[in-house]
Amino acid sequence: MLGVTGSSGVFVLVAAVFLASAVEMVEALTIVVAVGYTQSWRSALEGVGAALVALGVLVAAIGPALDSFPITTLRLIVGGVLLVFGLQWLRKALLRSGGLKAKHDEDAIYEKTVNELKNDPDGQTRDRVAFVMAFKGVFLEGMEVVIIVITLGASAHRLGDAALAALAALVIVAIVGVIVARQLSKVPENALKMTVGILLVSYGTFFTGEGLKIRWPGGDTSLLLLVALYAVVAWVAHVLLRAAVNPETASAQ
Amino acid sequence: MKSSASWPVRVLKGFAMFWWDFLVGDTPELFVAALFIVGVVAIVSVSAHENAASVVVLPVLVIAALGLSVLRGVRASKRG
Repeated sequence: MLGVTGSSGVFVLVAAVFLASAVEMVEALTIVVAVGYTQSWRSALEGVGAALVALGVLVAAIGPALDSFPITTLRLIVGGVLLVFGLQWLRKALLRSGGLKAKHDEDAIYEKTVNELKNDPDGQTRDRVAFVMAFKGVFLEGMEVVIIVITLGASAHRLGDAALAALAALVIVAIVGVIVARQLSKVPENALKMTVGILLVSYGTFFTGEGLKIRWPGGDTSLLLLVALYAVVAWVAHVLLRAAVNPETASAQ
Repeated sequence: MKSSASWPVRVLKGFAMFWWDFLVGDTPELFVAALFIVGVVAIVSVSAHENAASVVVLPVLVIAALGLSVLRGVRASKRG
């Protein structure tokens, strides 16, 4: 099999890339908005532009190189990376939903960024710091998006679809960001993170299997079965965690 | 404080640190679990040619890895 060709496989790929990109971009946007509102929109937007150019150069350099990689080896490596990454997301989302870990708080990130910027009295230094903070925020969060786009896209021979899904997420998050501005904490990030974790683990399992010469029953359709299986596991784990941590709340629901 | 290392060294160090944080971070058990899963499934699928068993073993091991890691997280949060 040369690539993910079935509609179910493409759907899971596009959904995984879109949602993962949206989550990372909300995090980046929080930092950019904090820098823009409190310091300088010009420096913040220059930082965003520089980070996007740097990420574009990375994609242009790495993407075509992956095309010449043996597909079985590539899928095994990508599958392993996606498994680790997806399990990390899923674990974090489960612990947060069970109240065992603080939820990712965009308001707290906003306040932290603002406080860091407050300590720079000199205008020129302030502009430089604003640029660097916006650049770092977009570049580091963007790197995760780039890894997901390149690994999923190249392994499935759907780099174009993956890039378009990430671009759609970028545009939508940017538009929503402009509209809601400082209300990014209202984005249900943990639910998104849980969904992305399930999708990444499903793809990680699928590609690891293909890299190890497993013939999945039903081909790409087995991806949907893996998504359903991990969704059920995540739901059961969520219920068990809530019952263990807070028995009264769990029984009242 | 400014680092005394040259920029290629700093870039390489940053690159290595990024991947370390990305793949290992505060959940080294998941990284080890992924290596273990690949090893076990390689034996079952590639060496023993047991396709049906591999299809079952792979997701089961992934679910076990998630369960163990979440349990570790629960214990860590209870210790405070």
